[in-house]
Amino acid sequence: MLGYALRRLGYGGLVILGVLGLLYVLFFLYAEPQDMAKRALGEKAPPEVLERWIHEHGYDRPWSEQLRDHYVRMLTFDFGRSDSDDVEISRRIREGAGPSLSFTVPIFVLGLGLGVVLSLFVAYFRETYIDRAGVVLAVFAMSVSVLLYIIGGQFLIGKLLNWFPISGFDPDPRVLPRFIALPIFIGVLAGVGGDVRFYRTVFVEETSRDYVRTARAKGCGDGRVMARHVLRNSLIPILTRVVTAIPFLFTGSLLIESFFGIPGLGALTVDAIHGNDFSTLRAMVYIGALLFIVFQIVTDFTYTLADPRVRLE
Amino acid sequence: MPGKPARSEPQASEARRPVLEVRDLVTTFPADGGRAAVVDGVSLQIAAGEVLALVGESGCGKSVTALSILRLVPRPGRVASGSIRLAGRDVLSLGVAEMRAVRGALGAMIFQEPMTSLNPVQTVGEQVVEAIRLHERTSADAARRRTVELFERVGIPDADARFDTYPHQLSGGLKQRVMIAMALSMRPKLLIADEPTTALDVTIQAQILELLREVRDRFATAILLITHDLGVVNELADRIAVMYAGRVAEEGTREEVLAAPRHPYTQGLLASIPSRARPGEPLAEIRGVVPSAGEWPKGCRFATRCSRVLDRCHDVPPEAIALSDTQRAWCHVVAREEGRA
Amino acid sequence: MEGYVVSNAVVVAVVVGGVFAAWAVRRSRFWSESFRELARRRPLALAAIAVYVLLGLADAVSWVGDAEGLEGVAAHQPRTLLDRAFPADFKERSYSAPLADVEFYGAAPLARPGAHWLGTDILGRDVLLLTLKGARVALLIGGLTSLIVIPLALLFGMSAGYFGGRVDDAVFFVISTLASIPHLLLLIALILVLGRGPVQVCIAMGITNWVGFARVVRGETFKLRELDYVQAARALGASEWRIVLRHILPNLMHLVVITFVLLFSGTVLSEAILAFLGIGIDGSWGQMIDQARDELARDPIIAWNLASASAALFGLILSVNLVGDAIRDILDPRTLRENL
Repeated sequence: MLGYALRRLGYGGLVILGVLGLLYVLFFLYAEPQDMAKRALGEKAPPEVLERWIHEHGYDRPWSEQLRDHYVRMLTFDFGRSDSDDVEISRRIREGAGPSLSFTVPIFVLGLGLGVVLSLFVAYFRETYIDRAGVVLAVFAMSVSVLLYIIGGQFLIGKLLNWFPISGFDPDPRVLPRFIALPIFIGVLAGVGGDVRFYRTVFVEETSRDYVRTARAKGCGDGRVMARHVLRNSLIPILTRVVTAIPFLFTGSLLIESFFGIPGLGALTVDAIHGNDFSTLRAMVYIGALLFIVFQIVTDFTYTLADPRVRLE
Repeated sequence: MPGKPARSEPQASEARRPVLEVRDLVTTFPADGGRAAVVDGVSLQIAAGEVLALVGESGCGKSVTALSILRLVPRPGRVASGSIRLAGRDVLSLGVAEMRAVRGALGAMIFQEPMTSLNPVQTVGEQVVEAIRLHERTSADAARRRTVELFERVGIPDADARFDTYPHQLSGGLKQRVMIAMALSMRPKLLIADEPTTALDVTIQAQILELLREVRDRFATAILLITHDLGVVNELADRIAVMYAGRVAEEGTREEVLAAPRHPYTQGLLASIPSRARPGEPLAEIRGVVPSAGEWPKGCRFATRCSRVLDRCHDVPPEAIALSDTQRAWCHVVAREEGRA
Repeated sequence: MEGYVVSNAVVVAVVVGGVFAAWAVRRSRFWSESFRELARRRPLALAAIAVYVLLGLADAVSWVGDAEGLEGVAAHQPRTLLDRAFPADFKERSYSAPLADVEFYGAAPLARPGAHWLGTDILGRDVLLLTLKGARVALLIGGLTSLIVIPLALLFGMSAGYFGGRVDDAVFFVISTLASIPHLLLLIALILVLGRGPVQVCIAMGITNWVGFARVVRGETFKLRELDYVQAARALGASEWRIVLRHILPNLMHLVVITFVLLFSGTVLSEAILAFLGIGIDGSWGQMIDQARDELARDPIIAWNLASASAALFGLILSVNLVGDAIRDILDPRTLRENL
């Protein structure tokens, strides 16, 4: 087990190095320092000012030096300063993590719970009208663009019904729920269609297995069969899907934060896109990749808990 | 084939009242815009301490018959008509909760594939404990002790340690013993065994059959044994019912059916056993194929393949012809032979 | 070569390709039976997709000339078949409601009263025409991206799965690296680097999406390699590439079809998000939706822009999803459930 862990971590480390290499190629071989400086300082800035900015940001050094610097700094989490406004990136990230997590975590937890429960319900009634209707509804729900859920939700609930503010954010715990209620609701709604479609398929597949027949033959009621036998055997595909979603908890939802004015990591990324702020983008992509790799390894280990047949070696 | 020495008969009064009585069972599945009767009017009965072997080729409906008895037929199939009485109770009229109480306690079932029939993420001990605690209020400890005892009873060595193993860590034979232990945990009156040895090695087969024999003898459990293997039938059966295309073709005691079959299908089956052929001669076979559920022929279902077919056979389904107290055949040819055509 | 000539050539190629595909399907019993089953299960969705495809093709064929009512430069721009279904000088000055006679703000009379079934947008363009033209963009996104994803994934996946060893190590490493980067972020990064034209966006989406399918291809190829008839072919001395092309690839085709369909709806939806971020493709429904966002905040609200583009987008995605589900059930329920 320990050997496996070390090997996985080792390979993960290699992948990180690969990711960093790719990031370097993407961002810095294609981005002209002159353009970046102009964007930061304005088109009309005089050449010396531009040169100084370029020098301060280190974009005038030989590429091999920049490459080594890139690796060293990323691996030590020294992200430097934003290309657009010179604010320290690490600080921005720290400040943005809270607001992002405040709504992505509830979306994740509620979405998972709702998705699993609805899918169990629909799978329990498989081949009946409830199942067919459920599947069609799920496909309908997942065919609607996230954009439309957000716009529609904001319009209907925020404007027409005026139940919650359309946008805005206040970290004060007394008013925070009012601001994140609508984003959470919309986030869960947008995801439930695809989740139910996927989980239902997994559950129906498990329900047709032999051990379920044995469980019924010894007197298990259908409800118990679904909740105790089918669900436990479906954990691996569920875990896989769930874990790939975890990095998004941190990178935040770009769309939701933009539309709802939440000052999180997603908004940070969107600003970086609009401002062509490569340094910030590089940091965000790197963090996302890092989290993904870490959680992948974690998932592998949870597989052993979920299914005793899985042996990591 | 050589018979086995008879063992002591169960109590006369028990022998008279059958544990399982099935009458005119019809179970349908959807097919081609309608429903097809995969089991089409099957009647059987089994007394306590008796093994009835339900024999037939793949697709004749024997497994579905077994599943119907405990109302385990998978959707979209369903029992359409008929009556099933288990230890005097009318199974088809029971509510959901009552049925749950019957399954595993009054009637239990074991299946063909021990590999996939046990829940892979639970220990084998936990699964048997669940079977117990579904029907009785006992403490976890008491249930565990009972399970270990059951494991010993069915011949699982190192029973206490085995409690905590997972199915994939056990051999096929051991898994099947676990299934049997689980099925017997509540001392059911009826045990349905659907091809219990088909997936096992020959040597293990013999052991499992011996175990089933012990179950019959020691607990007077009625056993419905589903199989296509005539060797297994010879080892274990007291009575035999031969099924073809959803109906029973012939039934009788083991001696009657194996040594003196009357129905052309049974005769054909027995004749086609390879060990019966003489060296140098072609193997006997029944020409043609089994018709599928939606396409039952009118009249006797075996008519299209029967070597002794009469004109009547194509039009009129045969009635039961009693040949002795215990042997019956559904066949016009037999009727004619008995002078009852 | 003029842009519109390239576009016309592409249409011809697509039509020829379609005819060839239809012929190939008819020849194979497996594929024609599968198609018949699909048509039986989802006739409406298939019909809807056909309509979208026709609209898309109609908007891709264009030529210069016959511009009644236009003058100067505008008269010599190529106009598509779809454009020609509408009058040439169809623009108003600004917003107007569906079937209105007057402008939305100010009530000045329209150049063509009652002619705009779905009204006009802020620039006075007919919303119905814009919506219909969006079909071409959607088809371009889905089609071109898949054209990039599928060959890439097949090439790398089959190589890794069949040859194993170092080749597999290298491919698996590339796959792992790309797959670790959050989808949307990688997509955005690529677009910023490659540029914002339609072809570049499709290339970026191709690079982002090929990894998932490549993984599936690799897994399947591993399994196929062990099959008896493949071993037999090797024993008979067939060259490696021949084996791959004749024995492995045909057995992956059902996965290709399913992936193509599922990818289609995914990429079109992704483009809508890119449009919101300002890096989408011109003329797409996503862009229309993005531009129409603030119209809901006005009083009285302007909803027809948003409604029209949303309905068109939803209609296409729903049809493709329904067909995709049915295709997956028909062709191969198991493999994909575990992987896609």
